[in-house]
Amino acid sequence: MTATAAPSAPGTPGAPQGAPAALPETKPRGMFLRGLEVFLENKLAVIGVVLLAAIFIFCFIGPFFYHTNQVTVNLANENLPPGPGNPLGTDQNGYDILGRLMVGGQISLEVGLAAAVIATVLGTLWGAIAGYFGGVTDAIMMRLVDALLAIPTLFLALVVVSIFPPTESELILVIALTSWLTTSRLIRGEALTLRVRDYVQAMRVMGGGSARAVFRHIAPNAIGTIVVNATFQVADAILLVVALSYLGLGIRPPQTDWGGMLNAGINSVYDGYWWQIFPAGIAIILVVIAINFIGDALRDSFEVRLQRR
Amino acid sequence: MIGFLIRRLLQAAIVVLIVTVIVFALLRSIPGNVAVAILGPSAYRNPATLAQFNAQYGFDKPWYSQYLLWLGHLLQGNLGFSWTLDQSVASLLGQRLPKTVILVGFSTIIALIVAIPIGVWQAVRRNKPVDYGFTGLSFLFYAAPTFFVGTVLILVFSVKLGWFGPEAPQGGIVNDLTDWRDLTLPVITLALVTIALFSRYMRSSVLDNITEDYVRTARAKGASGRRVLWRHVMRNSLIPIATLLGLSIPGILSGALITESVFNYPGMGYLFFQSAQKQDYPTLLGFIIVVAIATVVGSLVADILYAVLDPRVRYA
Repeated sequence: MTATAAPSAPGTPGAPQGAPAALPETKPRGMFLRGLEVFLENKLAVIGVVLLAAIFIFCFIGPFFYHTNQVTVNLANENLPPGPGNPLGTDQNGYDILGRLMVGGQISLEVGLAAAVIATVLGTLWGAIAGYFGGVTDAIMMRLVDALLAIPTLFLALVVVSIFPPTESELILVIALTSWLTTSRLIRGEALTLRVRDYVQAMRVMGGGSARAVFRHIAPNAIGTIVVNATFQVADAILLVVALSYLGLGIRPPQTDWGGMLNAGINSVYDGYWWQIFPAGIAIILVVIAINFIGDALRDSFEVRLQRR
Repeated sequence: MIGFLIRRLLQAAIVVLIVTVIVFALLRSIPGNVAVAILGPSAYRNPATLAQFNAQYGFDKPWYSQYLLWLGHLLQGNLGFSWTLDQSVASLLGQRLPKTVILVGFSTIIALIVAIPIGVWQAVRRNKPVDYGFTGLSFLFYAAPTFFVGTVLILVFSVKLGWFGPEAPQGGIVNDLTDWRDLTLPVITLALVTIALFSRYMRSSVLDNITEDYVRTARAKGASGRRVLWRHVMRNSLIPIATLLGLSIPGILSGALITESVFNYPGMGYLFFQSAQKQDYPTLLGFIIVVAIATVVGSLVADILYAVLDPRVRYA
């Protein structure tokens, strides 16, 4: 869940300066281009994309240029403050924090993205099927969603993770399985209105099956809701991994994610080792803010598309 | 409305029942042996004790009879007994609940008092520096992991400045109120996140309302801008906040797991975390049942509030 409504998109985009503004367009532009235009006009969105791209490059390409030992513990180097050789200092195991930020970021981003994709696919299918069929199917499927939603996500994930201590891929699965619920609710709402549209009815009359309706008509037409929701899912998934790591139930050492780094740092931060929490903390904040900027802008872009329908 | 209420209540009952089945199935799939967990590893050498324990607590029965047994107890108000804490789950929850209500309740009230004016102010000064500033802050606190915020607050206000205690009050609720200096940081940590969320909703809600026809009507009838804002726009803009409040009722019961862990606050969330680590099923089950009922009731209350506050909303 996230705060709603970005600053409203500028109303009259794209007219080149000096050109007569009222000139009618000769050719209606595609909805995609129109949406892209609104997206790019949102400065925050562009900042978000650039920031996210920079963080991806830092995490996934950085280690090729900045070599550090992130596997063997080196107690001779423990708790060094930032300085030559260790730009961001070292942690209590002697790992270089800048290097750790890169490898930890890889896991945070991988888990966040993968969990969001799985949760979105699952939630979309679940919601589309429930909404399309309606009636008893809908009632059963949505009561199950309601029941799972009644248990707060963190609590649900906590129980599952403490029963089955997860590897990275299992952690992705756990997070996906606990966070598809809101998506399915949103898509169900869309499906309820989409299924009575003329084109879906027409397809039914022509003999199209339910699968075709769900995959070719309901899901593609709910794409705006799906994409926007998926964006926020990534941010929420990253924060959920961080929370689980803080509780000691995240990625197992020697691997780590940003949450694990924060958790490890918090144990020694009261000894004055401030550099052990701020890099990871700031990295998490930057990623989540960037994703939220992008999500808000995407919502505006898709709203423009809706207006043209 | 009556028909709607009856249908919603029925749905709510079904949802709670499904929750109990899901949670029970989940917890029964835990690898490991409860008897051994309670009695210690040496119990393996003493099969008679194991069998006696299993018979006494019903672990020798198939899972569905265990579930029905537990459900029967639940209907009589018996939430079970926590072996690890040697206390009945009901009394355990009864101890922790007031602590959590104080923590989450205070922070929610503070969040409301702060977030509503901020949201209105932002909407009125839309796309001005004030708006950007608060939007930035709300993004920041929404994005920051709670325990990071809590730790930074401890570092600054407790370790450096020494104004407030780093650890929450450990005693009962009276202790909470007398030790308000220790309670301050946990409450603020939680309030910051809530303010970020509420102010965003309030801002967009005011923006939605400000363009409505009734605003133009009021202005046309000569009402001052201030009067229109506070009497007309503000009241209608609070509707989504009322819904949000209804939806945060379960949070008041479930507590703030992370914040409570950071400050070692003996509330519901921390209890849940400890029980999960010790595989204390009766406590976990009792906890989830209470929270699930609260969630279901909360969303029902939110729906009803919505209809009461906004006469345009009609439930068929």
